[in-house]
Amino acid sequence: MLKTLYDKLWESHVVRTEDDGSTALIYIDRHLVHEVTSPQAYEGLKLAKRRPWRVDSIVATADHNTPTTDWDKGIEDPVSKLQVDTLDQNIKEYGSKAYFPFLDPRQGIVHVIGPEQGATLPGMTVVCGDSHTSTHGALACLAHGIGTSEVEHVLASQCLVQKKMKNMLVRVEGSLDAGVSAKDLALALIGKIGTAGGTGYAIEFAGPAIESLTVEGRMTLCNMAIEAGARAGMIAVDQITIDYLRGRTFAPTGDLWDRAVTYWRTLRSDPGAGFDLVVTLDGSALIPQVTWGTSPEMVLDVNGRVPDPDQEKDAEKREGIERALKYMGLEPNTRITDIRVDKIFIGSCTNSRIEDLRIAAKVVAGKCVASNIQLAMVVPGSGLVKAQAEKEGLDKIFIAAGFEWRQPGCSMCLAMNNDRLESGERCASTSNRNFEGRQGAGGRTHLVSPAMAASAAIAGAFVDVRSIMST
Amino acid sequence: MEKFTSYEGLVAPLDRANVDTDAIIPKQFLKSIKRSGFGVNLFDAWRFLDVGQPGVPLAKRRPNPDFILNEPRYQGASILIGRKNFGCGSSREHAPWALTDYGFKAVIAPSFGEIFFNNSLKNGLLPIVLSEAEVDTLFHSVFGFAGFKVTVDLENQRVATMDESKSFNFDIDPFRKHCLLNGLDDIGLTLQHVDEIKQFEAQHQLNQPWLFN
Ligand code: SF4
Repeated sequence: MLKTLYDKLWESHVVRTEDDGSTALIYIDRHLVHEVTSPQAYEGLKLAKRRPWRVDSIVATADHNTPTTDWDKGIEDPVSKLQVDTLDQNIKEYGSKAYFPFLDPRQGIVHVIGPEQGATLPGMTVVCGDSHTSTHGALACLAHGIGTSEVEHVLASQCLVQKKMKNMLVRVEGSLDAGVSAKDLALALIGKIGTAGGTGYAIEFAGPAIESLTVEGRMTLCNMAIEAGARAGMIAVDQITIDYLRGRTFAPTGDLWDRAVTYWRTLRSDPGAGFDLVVTLDGSALIPQVTWGTSPEMVLDVNGRVPDPDQEKDAEKREGIERALKYMGLEPNTRITDIRVDKIFIGSCTNSRIEDLRIAAKVVAGKCVASNIQLAMVVPGSGLVKAQAEKEGLDKIFIAAGFEWRQPGCSMCLAMNNDRLESGERCASTSNRNFEGRQGAGGRTHLVSPAMAASAAIAGAFVDVRSIMST
Repeated sequence: MEKFTSYEGLVAPLDRANVDTDAIIPKQFLKSIKRSGFGVNLFDAWRFLDVGQPGVPLAKRRPNPDFILNEPRYQGASILIGRKNFGCGSSREHAPWALTDYGFKAVIAPSFGEIFFNNSLKNGLLPIVLSEAEVDTLFHSVFGFAGFKVTVDLENQRVATMDESKSFNFDIDPFRKHCLLNGLDDIGLTLQHVDEIKQFEAQHQLNQPWLFN
């Protein structure tokens, strides 16, 4: 039987199968924990007088609520503080393999620090009470988000009750143009298949354009699989994967490393393995993408125009367009490049890794943020990303251009801390969701790549970053 | 978890596609460390004209008269009908907690966000998938008749109007159905297989020792 990568990952973790043949108990190798979705799970565990099954599977951090300025003042919002303190308490009481609390130099967004620490490895099942857990699939893991009841379930039993998903292959031919990134690819895919297009599937990304992506780029792509409706996205192991992992804190060493690598190299779909659905994209034809509406599928090429509801025949879609235009404060047929923005957010588990910051810094180097921009900020994904960027002098480039250089965390991706949009403010954001109110009540989010966010900061409006790139 | 068998209730319509979990329960309410109390902030940004902050009592809020759930005829509704991709977005279980806390027992839609779908089942909130056409029929009925109710019969996997003039069958995973009907807790069920889990774990460690470093 020829198997897909997903089939292999699934089969190597089945503890038992229910009588119906498709529901199985799946063993979980890595459990990532953060402060927002874990308190009720630990509380449930305690009430049931249970203990965590395997604490050394747990890697925890506080990221969603933590401030990105004035760390010396601690967490000022008492409700956020309680949540972060509760995590501290739970980890202290129950234990973990690693904990990167608020103020730790290695603290950061859970999906940035997992791979960065080598805490997510190929062949693992990885879960977290967070939908963007799909990110880790870039390292050929079966990684997906779970709810709080499932967090408790994994704590108590190291297992999850799962139904096997269907296999989808997204094949990207050609190669991406300079200035076009994995983020553009992700947005274009969602534009093509819709936000429910991947529902019920595990997506494997493959093809020449994927093979030439860095691990960081692969993470951006897998991160957005959930916005295409798929709980899990993944990419086969190749030399790039292995080079990325070598020497990371929790990666194996010596003999074990060699054995692991031998096994990891088998983590790819067998040639000719069957997929339930295959979607093909031409990477060479791709140009930078900008979302215009309130769903990631409402996306356009940067040279496009905002849709006109009068041209839409389907009543439900027409209403959706009208509602989105109203919320976004946009007129039909407006050119994307005529949309001026107020704020710039470079960050989130989608685009806050070192490569993202390097690309953005390259675009802004020697230039200045436009006068209509009220706030442009860079929020590194982790303390280590921040330190690396500072070592390379990227912070100075950003600050000189008029950006704020912040402490790591989720920040304005979901605006649980003080970083948020005010009602009516328009933001070019490298995050992953442009839902109504996501970045602050009434805030208007346009999802873009780091290069596009950087160029919007300089121009004050969206521009095709390729037109201003010096090299 | 409470047992779910057959349930009859007033229907409320939410006529928009892609209702995401940020809309169901905005993030400022996720800071709670409890499982209850989210109902007052269900659909907060749509239900109220003022911007919701945790801890502000309902009496001090300004309800949005244009939001459908605020219409007098839908007060006390316990079955929600929605459009495709209901509950897409984040994994926050606060979304089903808010819906159940508000009083909903079931949500009927043509499709659901997957994590939301799973989370709902674990909280005794029944997500029911009907075809677009069937959901459309329900929308017509609910807009047409004040006080429109349906019965959800889990045992027979059937949604029926009160006068039985229309009924629709739905699919549900047999394992999930069994758990809901009997109010079974997933964790308890899994822990009946402790030996199998231990056995698997030992073998897994032999195969991939680096995972247990
Ligand atoms: S950065 Fe945003 S999407 Fe990522 S984990 Fe944090 S809140 Fe979630």
